[in-house]
Amino acid sequence: MSAARDSQARRALSALRHDPPAVAGAVVLLALVVVGTAGRWLAPAGVNDVDVDQMLHPPSWAHPFGTDELGRDVLSRVLVAARVSLEVGVVSVGIALLVGAGIGLVAGYYRGWVDNVLMRGMDVLFAFPVLLLAVAIVAVLGPGLLTAMIAIGVVYTPIFARVTRAGVLSVREQVFVRAAVSIGASDLRIIRRHVLPNIAAPLIVQTSLSLAFAILSEAALSFLGLGIQPPAPAWGRMLFDGRGFVTEAWWLGFFPGAAIFLTVLAFNLVGDALRDVLDPRQLTLGEASRSTT
Amino acid sequence: MSAEVVAELDDLKVWFPVAGGAVRAVDGVSLRIHPGETLGLVGESGSGKSTTGLALLRLVDPTTGRVRVAGQDVTGWSRRRLRGVRRKVAMVFQDPQASLDPRHTVAASVAEPLVVHRLGGDADARRRRVAELLDLVGLRPELGGRHPHELSGGQRQRVGIARALAGEPDLIVLDEPIASLDLSVQAQIMNLLRRLQRELGLTYLFISHDLAAVEHMSDRVAVMYLGRIVETGSPAQLWQQPAHPYTAALLSAIPEADPAVERHRRRIILAGDIPSPVDPPSGCRFRTRCPSARPDCADTDPGLDPVTGDHRAACLYAGEAVREMRATPTP
Repeated sequence: MSAARDSQARRALSALRHDPPAVAGAVVLLALVVVGTAGRWLAPAGVNDVDVDQMLHPPSWAHPFGTDELGRDVLSRVLVAARVSLEVGVVSVGIALLVGAGIGLVAGYYRGWVDNVLMRGMDVLFAFPVLLLAVAIVAVLGPGLLTAMIAIGVVYTPIFARVTRAGVLSVREQVFVRAAVSIGASDLRIIRRHVLPNIAAPLIVQTSLSLAFAILSEAALSFLGLGIQPPAPAWGRMLFDGRGFVTEAWWLGFFPGAAIFLTVLAFNLVGDALRDVLDPRQLTLGEASRSTT
Repeated sequence: MSAEVVAELDDLKVWFPVAGGAVRAVDGVSLRIHPGETLGLVGESGSGKSTTGLALLRLVDPTTGRVRVAGQDVTGWSRRRLRGVRRKVAMVFQDPQASLDPRHTVAASVAEPLVVHRLGGDADARRRRVAELLDLVGLRPELGGRHPHELSGGQRQRVGIARALAGEPDLIVLDEPIASLDLSVQAQIMNLLRRLQRELGLTYLFISHDLAAVEHMSDRVAVMYLGRIVETGSPAQLWQQPAHPYTAALLSAIPEADPAVERHRRRIILAGDIPSPVDPPSGCRFRTRCPSARPDCADTDPGLDPVTGDHRAACLYAGEAVREMRATPTP
């Protein structure tokens, strides 16, 4: 079991190494994690150090990303905000993965009316535009970091439910599942030992892609003033605050925007590469060629 | 009675609903499997032989009829209640590649019945038991750490057999266990199955469309056609004196190894395809393809009646029809 995972992980890693965009994405993500955990100490200035003599200064040696309308160092704020973006991404996608995969597993494995009720519920969520639904949830729960995480988690739950259910539907028809039933294995055992390991690949891919969208959604919510509240820094919020100065101080919007762009791009690159490597069909092809050689 | 019967099907019907009716995959099958014997179930694809095997394991639900296993009527039992009985009846599947979880090692697959039924003691004892089972089916215990894709087809099927043996079942349903294997490997697996039967006193339901394999393996044979058993008896009775025209036609399709005999072999060519199981013919199901069908074959549905001793056939003109067919020269 663990050997299977190891060998598959090794194969996936070695394939990823020969994929330059994926390597670039991974490097950016690694840097992001470092900045996210250590940003507070990397930042040259405090995020809320107001300096009225330094208002709206363009990028310089003292302030590489310039200063904002209150004289705060934009570089420091961008670095510290990385933590918020990562937190929101991980927590909200974690919620979506747990709830969505749970719903998809139950719906796909038991089918019948349970499937209908659960998946129609997911369809209703899916029918709303992502941002509209997130805004509605935040409006109900009140703005803030935690509610933004919950809202984004709820918004991405249907995708995970669908991906999981599709995987479960195909795996549960496999002969080895029928063999497990004939042995007398319980549903819980079949789901844990046979179904989940065989649908892990698409879930991993979906997770990495959703992380990108979740960070984007947080930026959008913060931009609308519904995410993290000032004066705490968040990329989306900084973009929002910078829009009033777009003609005289481009750096206010440019650097947080670039940070969002790079992060989303990195997650997408890694996610696409993972999809190529972990695609079940490619896996079978790889295994087939291995067994014939 | 239950002492001499390992498993029993009583007027089993398995119908699958489709638009405008139902596919009558199994339509009134009764059979008994006695301890230590191999009952061969033979028929062309679509005859319902695999569904019969699945119904015996309650892997498909019977529409009507009873399923008795190990002396208990398990017909209406829930999946949870069936779990205890599952140990008594094991199954070996046609495609060993598909029947083994690609992510599990050989040892994990073989150990699954032990884990599920809490047999074999602690992890150490279980490892020893798995090694013993692998040895029993002719695999080196080191293969336990491999994954199915690292094995050959024959090795995979041996793993499937080891898994079936793990729970020490009374009956093993062998669903086309050799159909997806190379010819040379087929013989090895059949010999393995016979050796295991001798050594462990196993009972088999051997499902196959391979007549030579069925003759080689079976103590008794049941021939299925369109969801019904049309003839039962010993291989000798069926091969030498088939009483049902369908059996005779099936057997006439076996080529002879000797070219001189093969040249004069008389084949019975059946017209047309197997009829739709949604709407089977009235009366005798075989009459639409039977070379010696008579008018009253459309009115009376023949029961499985004795020909001699325990040789039974479901034909109104059992024996007579076959003689007539053989007398007619092949076109």
